[in-house]
Amino acid sequence: MSAPMVKAEAVHKRFGRNEVLKGITLEVAAGEVMCLLGPSGSGKSTFLRCINHLEKINAGRLSVDGELVGYRQVGDKLHELREAEVARRRAEIGMVFQHFNLFPHLTAIENVTCAPMKVKRTPREKARARGAELLAKVGLPEKVDHYPAQLSGGQQQRVAIARALAMEPKLMLFDEPTSALDPELVDEVLQTMKELARDGMTMVVVTHEMGFAREVGDTVVFMDDGVVVESGAPAAVLAEPREERTRAFLSKVL
Amino acid sequence: MASAEVTDRTGRPEEIRAVPVRRPGRWIAAAIVLVIAVAIGRSVVTNPHFEWHEVGNYLFDTRVLEGLVLTIELTAIAMVIGIALGVLLAIMRLSPNPLLSGGSWLYIWFFRSTPVLVQLIFWYYISALYPKLGLGIPFGPAFVHPNVNTLITAFRAAILGLGLNEGAYMAEIVRAGIISVDEGQTDAAQSLGMTRTQTMRFIVLPQAMRVIIPPTGNETISMLKTTSLASVISVSELLFAAQGIYSANFKVIPLLIVISIWYAVCTSVLYVGQSYLERYYGRGRSREQANALPGRVVRGLLSLPRRGEHARPAGGEHR
Repeated sequence: MSAPMVKAEAVHKRFGRNEVLKGITLEVAAGEVMCLLGPSGSGKSTFLRCINHLEKINAGRLSVDGELVGYRQVGDKLHELREAEVARRRAEIGMVFQHFNLFPHLTAIENVTCAPMKVKRTPREKARARGAELLAKVGLPEKVDHYPAQLSGGQQQRVAIARALAMEPKLMLFDEPTSALDPELVDEVLQTMKELARDGMTMVVVTHEMGFAREVGDTVVFMDDGVVVESGAPAAVLAEPREERTRAFLSKVL
Repeated sequence: MASAEVTDRTGRPEEIRAVPVRRPGRWIAAAIVLVIAVAIGRSVVTNPHFEWHEVGNYLFDTRVLEGLVLTIELTAIAMVIGIALGVLLAIMRLSPNPLLSGGSWLYIWFFRSTPVLVQLIFWYYISALYPKLGLGIPFGPAFVHPNVNTLITAFRAAILGLGLNEGAYMAEIVRAGIISVDEGQTDAAQSLGMTRTQTMRFIVLPQAMRVIIPPTGNETISMLKTTSLASVISVSELLFAAQGIYSANFKVIPLLIVISIWYAVCTSVLYVGQSYLERYYGRGRSREQANALPGRVVRGLLSLPRRGEHARPAGGEHR
């Protein structure tokens, strides 16, 4: 079996005195869809942000595709990576945010082509062709020249997914991608994510959508208070949780 | 019966054309304003001391026009220096490096805590403080020794004084713009692999511009008139040119009117430029639209709704 796409060993993260992650150990295999569940404040989003080094971890080891996140190991010493190296690794990891975070001063196609052109130096024409393809893929071929403010939340989130895909990532991180959406718009985003999973993308998804976790997730990880409480196949964890905390949480959200 | 009157033939209800509420207070206030305006206008026209024919004579006087050109040059150069310095200082101020942010803070404090007129005079007499300037290795040998007295002309002293002072004010404006941009934008840009510099240049600053432009327009308009302070160090800008003429012929009032007209003309041009810039950097935000003055006066008096007030802008907030 090949090396895991994401490997976390006893990952700790503190904000000041507040310890948010208290030793997270898990692995995500290539092509796997992992759903992170848990009450708010359990550290799911923080863990996700650690994976592409938007947050620095304080202890433990975290690696993506066999490379340490944010550091280089020389002997038994860790060296911080230069900013350009951190950026290069982030470019291989796509991220989708709860509040979309589209660039409001750019049109949909500009949002999608911005990073390939500036970061990868893809020629404009090529980037635009690929961008149009991606916008068609997420079901928005006619919204190419719309500004984010002219799109619904669901459409914005799909543009955000296309924007992340434009960098040809090997791993996609989703941070509660449907939590800020009106209920009737949730499905169109989940549909896009399902197609992505079907294409074999490795995905780590923080979500409250139990239906999605059950249907699309290969693994479900339940987190609470900075630790992994239990994990396993969705059928097992969601239907017959072993831990009391998981049961209590699921009884509230299902 | 009643419904037949509400709907027209196509079945759509008829547009409401109600009689607007009468607002006598507005008409009274408007009348008072009008009376005052007429009184002022009358005195302007009839008071012989204005010497309007002299205003006409000097409006396009070569000395005045040369002063005008210098005023515009001073404004443009000082603002370019001010904006460039402002961006640099704002980014330094937000840097995690305490020396950079501290240095920026000190600069801003220093230039904001002394009057710009004092700074101008200071730069004019800088050669008294540093008669010789050395360009070379710090604390080591210098290769060039320009004479400060000839290097710092009155014009250059004015540029330095106005530009460096403006940098401090622009820094605060740019900083306000940068911190007004949501942190999620930085997260998104960095998650796409952009470096801090790329994020700042392509994502944060263009959005910050929307907040930066209006006060910068204000600063430019203010700078246009602040350049008149350079007359005290004998830079022959607009005011100095007028002073030169009226010190000889004592036509003080007409000449002050002449230069006031030119200042007002320049300011009006800047107004137009600013509104274009605002529209450009406001793209993608459909809610903010320009609201021109003439239309507003008429609509205000008749209490008509503003254009688009009832119509929901395309898109808008969907969260």
